[in-house]
Amino acid sequence: MKSKNDILNIKNLHTSFRIKDHYYHAVEDISLTLKENEVLAIVGESGCGKSTLATSIVGLHPPGNTKVTGEILYKGKNLVEFKEDELNKIRGNDIGFIFQDPLAALNPLMKIGEQIAETLKYHTKLDENKRKERVLELLDQVGIVNPARVANQFPHQLSGGMRQRVVIAIAIACKPKIMVADEPTTALDVTIQAQILDLLNDLQEETDAGIVLITHDLGVVAEVADRVAVMYAGQIVELATVTELFRNPLHPYTRSLLNSIPQADSNNERLEVIQGMVPTLTKMPRKGCRFAPRVPWIDETKHEENPALHEISKDHFVRCTCWKDFHFEHQEGGLQHELHAN
Amino acid sequence: MWKTIVRRVLVMIPQLFVLSLLIFGLAKLMPGDPFTGMITPQTDPNVIEELREKAGLNDPWYVQYYHWIVNAFHGDFGDSYAFKDSVSSLIGERALNTFWLSLFTVLLVYLIAIPLGIYAGRFQNSLFDKGTVLYSFVTYAIPTFVLGLLILFFFGYKLDWFPTSGSVDVKYDAGTWGYFMSKLYHLILPGFTGAILGTTSVIQYLRSEVIDAKTQDYVKTARSKGVPMKKIYSKHIFRNSLLPIAAFLGFTITGLLGGSIFIETIFGYPGMGQLFIESLGQRDYSVITALVMLFGFLSLLGSLLSDIIMSIVDPRIRIE
Repeated sequence: MKSKNDILNIKNLHTSFRIKDHYYHAVEDISLTLKENEVLAIVGESGCGKSTLATSIVGLHPPGNTKVTGEILYKGKNLVEFKEDELNKIRGNDIGFIFQDPLAALNPLMKIGEQIAETLKYHTKLDENKRKERVLELLDQVGIVNPARVANQFPHQLSGGMRQRVVIAIAIACKPKIMVADEPTTALDVTIQAQILDLLNDLQEETDAGIVLITHDLGVVAEVADRVAVMYAGQIVELATVTELFRNPLHPYTRSLLNSIPQADSNNERLEVIQGMVPTLTKMPRKGCRFAPRVPWIDETKHEENPALHEISKDHFVRCTCWKDFHFEHQEGGLQHELHAN
Repeated sequence: MWKTIVRRVLVMIPQLFVLSLLIFGLAKLMPGDPFTGMITPQTDPNVIEELREKAGLNDPWYVQYYHWIVNAFHGDFGDSYAFKDSVSSLIGERALNTFWLSLFTVLLVYLIAIPLGIYAGRFQNSLFDKGTVLYSFVTYAIPTFVLGLLILFFFGYKLDWFPTSGSVDVKYDAGTWGYFMSKLYHLILPGFTGAILGTTSVIQYLRSEVIDAKTQDYVKTARSKGVPMKKIYSKHIFRNSLLPIAAFLGFTITGLLGGSIFIETIFGYPGMGQLFIESLGQRDYSVITALVMLFGFLSLLGSLLSDIIMSIVDPRIRIE
């Protein structure tokens, strides 16, 4: 892998939400870097804090109920300390956002062309006619067949795939150095998903942008990511390159996630699941290994008291030490063992 | 769209026909007739009977209905027994008064309620918002006649700032500046009473729409584009939040002619509402039937207008 420059440096990021006069960390002590031309995937179940992390980058949370601390370094400046109007210069211009549900993400009362032109209005000096030309270029660039017609249409008149292309056109309008895609393919059907991922890949080749890809779809991760951060309960539990992660997953959570992907060629008719669920913000344990309650058959002494990220091999980080003694339930002398023996 | 509008108008014809039958039937079912009130111990029953015969009140109901509906088509709703004037000119004059009062009220409502609703929603749970919600509770709970009487008592009698009845001072001639100002002067008390009560629903709708819109993804998209919050409110949230208000706009427009029975009665304002309640009291059939027909027609028209307005302001709605 050729060496690339870091473009975004997140250090000890905490994001907390206020619930009834108390602040609860939804994202806790996250440190990550994003390199140029890289796809960094962030995976985890719903409620593990991955979207919160994404929106924290440019402070998109409602300010009254959210506290963000730590550092988000972009071009040597800490975005966490930026005021709203300073952030507005970064948003859309340096950092583009792609959201999950393309229908909800577009204003139903505004024409497609206007919605794309709005980004240009705040970040470029183009006049209205130039903006219109640029909008048509952008629509063409994201693979929309009849840009002039689509620019004059409303969101509800387009198909899901086309809407997501429009959302992407908005995100790339100012050629951002960073793109944050929050589950960009979740609301789309499988064939369209592939098209959208291809489109993101093509756009990245043109702009060298770094992409933060939030997803819970490990198939998507395997396909497009360079590095993967696995998040659980607001923390990163494992961080590795995509090949390393799929070849040698270590953390019990990562292994459980991979284990729960249905395999078409396996004889195992049981759908593997991870028992329990992600604790809600107010009920989240703030001490010890947060995944421990979901693997109760692992001895408590195997967990660290204050689990830290350990670099196991180069660029491969795992939280807690419980991975060393982890095995799936029933596996040791259990049901699955016998099945394998037969 | 034009085709749809024409079709909707055509559908209104049978609806109006059924309505007219019902109204006519109900009016006939009411005990007494216009001549009942004239009967005194000295009246010769034969005279009354003769009057009834002359007025056609002894004909079978379908004959009476036929005469009524044919004349109505020609804009002739007969004469008012109580006011000794043709119903159409009577209603025309009152309708104009009511129109001005309602227009004044509606403008006040929007002027007060739109900024209040938007700001309350924008700064949810702030002191301003809490004050607005309290205001809504109070105005929602207070009956029209109580508020009307209170306002009339304080600003009309106690302080004597505004006239307590009528629609214009008799000393002015129509068309002069003084006449216009006097009209406006008479509108203030009934107008504000109506407006204070009318703001409640508009404020509450807008407030909850804004609170809802704030959390929508398209607002997040706009923020991620770098659009300043102020612009997001004026460009994205404002228009989306006005949709439910627009949905009622058709009824609001046609409602301009309906008038309010309570307000017009309390403030002695010679409008449609007052005319309606007076004609009911005097069994003035021809006026009652004409008014109810008109109100019915306005409701039908209002729903059509609302649909047309919605299809203009919301691109997702197309009337087919």
